[in-house]
Amino acid sequence: MDEARISRHGSGAKLWLAGGWLLLALLAAIFAPLVAPQDPLAQDLMLERLPPFWLDGAEPGYWLGTDSLGRDLLSRLIFGGRIAFIVAFAAAIAACVVGSTLGLIAGYFGGWADRIISRIVDVWMAFPPVLFAILLVAVLGTGLSSVILAIAIIDWTRFCRVIRAEAMGQSRMDYVENARIAGYGRIGIMLREVLPNVVPSVVALLSLEMGIAVIVEAILSFVICRSRPTTRLGAASSPRAVSRSTRHGGCWFSR
Amino acid sequence: MLLQRFLIRLATMLITLFGVAVVVFVVIRVAPGDPIAMMLPPGATNDDIARLRALYGLDKTIVQQFFIWLAGVARGDFGTSISLRQDVLGLVFNRLPATLELAIVALVMAVAIGGTTAILGARERGTAVEAGIDIASGAALSIPDFLWGLVLILLFGVLVPIFDISGRVSPQLDLPFVSQFYLFESLLRLRFDLTWDLLKHMLMPAIALALPLAAIISQLLKQSLKEVLDLDYVVLARVKGFSETQVILREALKNAALPTLTLVGVQFTFLIGGTVIVERLFSYEGLGNMAIDAVINRDLPLIQGIVLVFALLFVLINLAVDMMYALLNPRLRHG
Repeated sequence: MDEARISRHGSGAKLWLAGGWLLLALLAAIFAPLVAPQDPLAQDLMLERLPPFWLDGAEPGYWLGTDSLGRDLLSRLIFGGRIAFIVAFAAAIAACVVGSTLGLIAGYFGGWADRIISRIVDVWMAFPPVLFAILLVAVLGTGLSSVILAIAIIDWTRFCRVIRAEAMGQSRMDYVENARIAGYGRIGIMLREVLPNVVPSVVALLSLEMGIAVIVEAILSFVICRSRPTTRLGAASSPRAVSRSTRHGGCWFSR
Repeated sequence: MLLQRFLIRLATMLITLFGVAVVVFVVIRVAPGDPIAMMLPPGATNDDIARLRALYGLDKTIVQQFFIWLAGVARGDFGTSISLRQDVLGLVFNRLPATLELAIVALVMAVAIGGTTAILGARERGTAVEAGIDIASGAALSIPDFLWGLVLILLFGVLVPIFDISGRVSPQLDLPFVSQFYLFESLLRLRFDLTWDLLKHMLMPAIALALPLAAIISQLLKQSLKEVLDLDYVVLARVKGFSETQVILREALKNAALPTLTLVGVQFTFLIGGTVIVERLFSYEGLGNMAIDAVINRDLPLIQGIVLVFALLFVLINLAVDMMYALLNPRLRHG
């Protein structure tokens, strides 16, 4: 009993800590132009490679120092957070809609629909994800929307597999049988009876997927060095990352 | 029974690989950017471009190209790389051992680190030691592998330069190897000087790949161990006078390991997928690094070959995990 209460108390503290940090990051991202001390794209070669505030030689107003082009790292982080949040929400929701829909259809209808969808999922899971993402971005172009699209195209299988299994279990329940006897159509049952019962899993997967989307976005913007200056978390994640990507030279592939 | 399931799995495996081949074939051919235009100097005439396109078979329709390629694959011919002008199969097999060595070293490290911390955490359950392990695995898990790579470069490549930050082996060394498995062969030939040089290059990317997996192993195995440690037969072993460490190693570990083993199999494929970016980061001359170059150069045959080899690795690992699970789990064996 005591142990349970302690662990619940512990997870409560964790929840507040994590939620608070997330809220802070979200607010900073939304109000980035007000919060950021500098323009994230403003270059000043007189101020290049400044150290962070706890080291000698730091400039006031540049709390985390600057990169090799003299851009303020804190401001780049704050503005980069915007893109991270946009990608996290958009890509996760897109992957969720596609994957859950197909999973629901496969799990509830079974038969050929299930066989075809499951085979596609197998094929998708056999791709090396990072390489697949790089390939897709090479095809789709380098903008924010293609990054979101690429993540959604790769990660819908995660939803599909779980929701398929859930829907399969739910459709064998008595209440589904009762609804059928009551005269509801199959699509009606799927949407009105089965769907609400798989929503908890969808929500859990969605939160997981948001974290993954941020990481994939960081990987993509790290690998793909664009010719124009950007404010992505992946590119701003370390001064070395920035110096590395600039050293590899402007274009990763031309558009 | 087991054989029949094995054969069915083999058939679905082939279908999956065929699907991968189709998808990658279509995806890279709708990509903008012409590999032929990249090969020729700016002054090339349209006639030259057309001739070179015909030479690489790129003037035919996608469907025709696919079946020509598939017929080649059936003969063991994966085509010729456009940018490197070498046989794709040879290129891939030249690089694959480097990636496999890296992945295997990373896996061994992950199991060693994860297993040790799990056993330690289960023995010291409820103490500050366990809390410390939990915090450390939380940190290891929430930082992705390529970011660990950057952190490691900063720590052990720049601040305390004990490891080499790029490449697979020091270029000035004379390598007597006949295979591409440098690390394993250096051990077999007892050339430990070369082993050390290879490890100095390999350890950082391997740690970067291993840390997230180590955290997963640590958490899952610790949980399973804690559950098993409350069972009667373990209590009996304790009553017999075994120490807690002995109880864990001799009695509990065997029964707690099965879920972890399955998960490690699945996670190993993620680890191999992660080598693409980590190899790039450390300029490690493996398959992943070559893959990114191939995408940059629009080297269609090479991309196809590499993706297919990765896919083959993934399905083979999944097959091995399933078979191992069936062999180790008595309930499935007799079911």
